[in-house]
Amino acid sequence: MSELTDLTIADARDGLKKKSFSARELADAHIKAIEKGRALNAFVTETPDLARKMALESDRRIAAGEARPLEGLPLGIKDLFCTKEVLTTAGSHILDGFKPPYESTVTRNLWDAGAVMLGKLNMDEFAMGSSNETSYYGPVTNPWRRKGANTKLVPGGSSGGSAAAVAARMVLGATGTDTGGSIRQPAAVTGIAGIKPTYGRCSRWGIVAFASSLDQAGPMARTVRDCAIMLKAMASHDPMDSTSVNVRVPDYERAMTGEVRGLRVGIPKEYRIDGMPAEIEALWQKGIQWLKDAGAQIVDVSLPHTKYALPAYYIVAPAEASSNLARYDGVRYGLRVPGKDIISMYENTRAAGFGREVQRRILIGTYVLSAGYYDAYYIKAQKLRTLIAQDFDQAFEKVDVLLTPTAPGPAFGIGEKTDDPISMYLNDVFTVTVNLAGLPGISVPAGLNNEGLPLGLQLIGKAFDESTLFRVGEVIERSAGPTPRPGTWWEV
Amino acid sequence: MSVDKTTVKRVAKLARLAFPEERLEPMAGELNRILAWVEQLNEVDTSSVEPMTSVVKVSLKMREDVVTDGNQPIAVTENAPEGEDHFFAVPKVVE
Repeated sequence: MSELTDLTIADARDGLKKKSFSARELADAHIKAIEKGRALNAFVTETPDLARKMALESDRRIAAGEARPLEGLPLGIKDLFCTKEVLTTAGSHILDGFKPPYESTVTRNLWDAGAVMLGKLNMDEFAMGSSNETSYYGPVTNPWRRKGANTKLVPGGSSGGSAAAVAARMVLGATGTDTGGSIRQPAAVTGIAGIKPTYGRCSRWGIVAFASSLDQAGPMARTVRDCAIMLKAMASHDPMDSTSVNVRVPDYERAMTGEVRGLRVGIPKEYRIDGMPAEIEALWQKGIQWLKDAGAQIVDVSLPHTKYALPAYYIVAPAEASSNLARYDGVRYGLRVPGKDIISMYENTRAAGFGREVQRRILIGTYVLSAGYYDAYYIKAQKLRTLIAQDFDQAFEKVDVLLTPTAPGPAFGIGEKTDDPISMYLNDVFTVTVNLAGLPGISVPAGLNNEGLPLGLQLIGKAFDESTLFRVGEVIERSAGPTPRPGTWWEV
Repeated sequence: MSVDKTTVKRVAKLARLAFPEERLEPMAGELNRILAWVEQLNEVDTSSVEPMTSVVKVSLKMREDVVTDGNQPIAVTENAPEGEDHFFAVPKVVE
């Protein structure tokens, strides 16, 4: 038998059912991998005792014939999800010592389905970043390196700890959140799969808020099937989130028929951006060919307002963030830095507690919402958002799904892009449109580039049609062939 | 629309962020670059476009106006950096 940490979620589930190994053995193997992988800095908090306790309960249930859908499967949780009595930091200094007295709905759903928690995963501070370099707890290192080099690369962001932990075999799967690409972009540059579901599919209750009209939770795992298994458990209608939608959650695995004959796949011409690296263009063409070979029909489509998505996002997201982050005042939780009066206590706490990128976005957000500028910026951006959503509506009259690259390039070096916010923002150029329109998008591993670094392809679907994304995603995954392991160079 | 030092100072005040004098000028530069970049939205005529209010086409749900939770003073205050008898403690605000 291969190593337990190399199993997919689907295989681990079958192995537990057949009693080839116990949940305790599976948890222990991952706890060991986490200890050996500390150099990657993927975890903010490890919870081995909790994991063993949950695994023992899973073994009891399996023995009693009461196994639940995710029974005994060890997962990592992005540190943006509130976990009861377990430190939750959002990657920020300002939440120092915060132990939520409640559990987020998504993690509650996972534990109710029998999953085992290995710990809380590092991330960009308040999910603001595309490289996991803005975390108060330091950058995460990508388990992948360029062939023949040992430059440390970023794992993407903001769910960078989640992506690195999954790729490095420290967890079977992880939760992520995606506001502008924070699940799909890190998944692409670490060679794993990740899906941002339709807005409203997963409850946002108990997830530290960044930009409430864009935030959505989703799974990250090594295969498309594993994401399907996780999402089935994570998704639910929740009265605690008024934007969570009351629609049936389908059996995503059953939708994965491997059949795409006759399916209409749209290729949006506006995603062929200026200066796009040749390897990304070549990858896209390969994806088109794979789906053609599988019998799908390729259709050219136009999404004319694509180029305005990123600037619109950098008005809407900071505006909502500046409002959401007003709650961090040094009174109710987290850090407090004293001042000469209550106002200076607020100001000192927030200046010390928020990092540079978060402060920059709070200022932008406050500015665009301030008197006299609201219409010129925020309303203008929300109007562009309407146009971007209409572009998709029109495209989906002609096609069933859209195929694009996930990110404009492979993983880059730590520190390479930190000086220029806009060049960092451009990492999300292909992913952010989906958040603005509320649609589902999946990133699927699609092979390695010449330097030996993973690249991903993105599929965009109609609202609440995640099933099609899993079905087509699996076909791409299979055509690309198995992604090799990144090695184990980081192990001590 | 260009942001200067005074504007950064005013916005930082609104956002309750203490900002050292020497960081005002560089931040004005950073904000101007980002604002100049988002200005490209003005290329698009949106005079007859409705701003988006919700990406999911559902109306907000209503529920009975009844108490669903509460009476948990310990849970509410246990994370406070300073507190007494399940109250939050803040610097004096009234003379």
